[in-house]
Amino acid sequence: MKKLLTIFLGLLIISTAVEAKTELLGAGATFPYPLYSKMFSTYHKQTGVRVNYQAIGSGGGIRQMKNETVDFGASDAFINDKKMDSMPHQLVHIPIVLGAVAVPYNVPGISGLKFTPEVLANIFLGKIKKWNHSQIQSINPNKTLPSLPITVVHRSDGSGTTFIFTDYLTKVNTNWAKKVSRGKSVKWPIGIGGKGNAGVAGFVKNTPGAIGYTELVYALQNKMDVGIIKNKSGNYITPSLHTASLAAKGKIPDDTRITLTDTSARKGYPISGFTWILLNQDQKFKKRSLTQAQETVKLIKWMISKEGQALAKPLGYAPLPTSAIIKAHRLLNSITYGSTKI
Amino acid sequence: MKATTDPIIVNHKAIFRTRLPRLGQLLFLESSFKLALMLCGVMTIGLLLISLYSLISESLPSISQFGLSFLTSTSWDPVFGEFGALPFITGTLLTTLLALLISTPISLSIAIFLNFYVTNKRLLTIIKSGVELLAGVPSVIFGFWGLSVLVPLVRNVELFMGAPPYGVGILTASIILAIMIIPYSTTVAYDIMGMIPSTLKEASYAMGATKFETIIYIVIPWSWSGIMSGILLALGRALGETMAVTMVIGNSNVIPDSIFSTGNTIASVIANEFSEATEDLYLSSLVQLGLVLFFITTLFSVLGQKLVKRWSFKK
Repeated sequence: MKKLLTIFLGLLIISTAVEAKTELLGAGATFPYPLYSKMFSTYHKQTGVRVNYQAIGSGGGIRQMKNETVDFGASDAFINDKKMDSMPHQLVHIPIVLGAVAVPYNVPGISGLKFTPEVLANIFLGKIKKWNHSQIQSINPNKTLPSLPITVVHRSDGSGTTFIFTDYLTKVNTNWAKKVSRGKSVKWPIGIGGKGNAGVAGFVKNTPGAIGYTELVYALQNKMDVGIIKNKSGNYITPSLHTASLAAKGKIPDDTRITLTDTSARKGYPISGFTWILLNQDQKFKKRSLTQAQETVKLIKWMISKEGQALAKPLGYAPLPTSAIIKAHRLLNSITYGSTKI
Repeated sequence: MKATTDPIIVNHKAIFRTRLPRLGQLLFLESSFKLALMLCGVMTIGLLLISLYSLISESLPSISQFGLSFLTSTSWDPVFGEFGALPFITGTLLTTLLALLISTPISLSIAIFLNFYVTNKRLLTIIKSGVELLAGVPSVIFGFWGLSVLVPLVRNVELFMGAPPYGVGILTASIILAIMIIPYSTTVAYDIMGMIPSTLKEASYAMGATKFETIIYIVIPWSWSGIMSGILLALGRALGETMAVTMVIGNSNVIPDSIFSTGNTIASVIANEFSEATEDLYLSSLVQLGLVLFFITTLFSVLGQKLVKRWSFKK
């Protein structure tokens, strides 16, 4: 028994000696977690660098960055200027992929319904109560809509999905902006709440007359009818990974801190957003070695490389368009270690 | 057998011989045992006080901001920083009381049935362990069962009654809660009914009372305080239940206007919103909700114990 133990311990020591390569630590958003864990395990196989990512929520990720306990953070919402001032270091936002929020609905026998921002806001404000309302009928002239009451379904738990959706409604409807506004949890004027994407998708699927919002993946996986939404340029866009990617083709600021909702991109789906990795601009903090800093930047560069981005689509995430990748690279190149560039 | 080898006497002597010199040790053991017991008792109170203290100190920002209006306001708006707990308080009380209304007759019936009508021992064991097993089922399982079985059922009832057919809401949550708390009140009621002196029962039969009359006029009044304790236990469980309720109550932060409408409970809103609450006031208000739940639970248990005392069988 003792012999076995010694052998085991010996092996453990040897294996850690071999594995003594850098280990990176990250924490934050739950939404990209399935993708990140796939990316990190692939990266580990290729390079031997182990990445430990804890999906504790965007808020927690930002807190860990503040305490300087992680190499990188991750967030679905960008850090505004006010919050940036309270951070110990200047932060760089690197977009990794895009997520889209679909609007699944359940009107028996009717698929491919079109929605304008106005109609969508009025439904979620509780002003449009039935499916055969003239506002819905007039943009869907070929459909015979039933006199079915509308049941609005929203998320009951705080989430980045809710933030993107309410951010969109806030941008397109002044009434919504005044009454409800944007947030991870808001005061819903109407409707029932389901827990998580699965909860909302379940309610919509089982309730005739229901309409809700979920991450695109959930709507696609459950084969639900999703709304075709009119974007800023007046085109009706079906949500897909492709149209979500196109949303980032509009104007993006150099620091990529922008919500892509109501995008100006002509063919872009209007309810989508980036998810970011957060890095300290100066990688020399808390006794970090130069190699640790270099490995961190190398990892993020790999995530936005062709190889890293190829993992996105099969898992239901929209890869970055080239224009965004160029901006991300420029940001990564601006990262320093003390006064030297990495 | 000779008298000198009587095992009892020998043993008796042995005890005397070995234990007398150890009296000091015994006393030490006795007192340290007592101390250990007391420590456990005191620790419970200490933990209670500490959690009360942290609840209060964490909710101070919210208390000073809203004062009493926290309890009377109906608006819960994290974006604009308005927090009022009334919808959740009503939701909690309504679901709990409805659940008790549904579960109490059922638990009493089970307890009476098991005590006075089941003659087959095997059947008794099966039913009894079945009920007890119900207490061990994780609440998320109840939630799933509610979503897949109960919600469609309630939706049909709502369609039939002309109510909005959500399927989820106060009624559904109350039914789920009722099922979850049945084991608590049943087990206590069953045990207490089993303890009724047979002289009482026999006297009742001797007077010519039927089984039914004996149960109604003798057994239930006699075991009333025990039944009430069981109901109290169930009430405590119902007040704090989170997962199953949040899955079927509809989670809309409004005061319910009928048993078919959707609502929310204190425990459910805390579980839903705590992880992504970042603003200080928001977080503090959620903690204050916890404080409110703490007080509601305490209030009910104190009131309940008074009731138990007042209604207990007078000898």
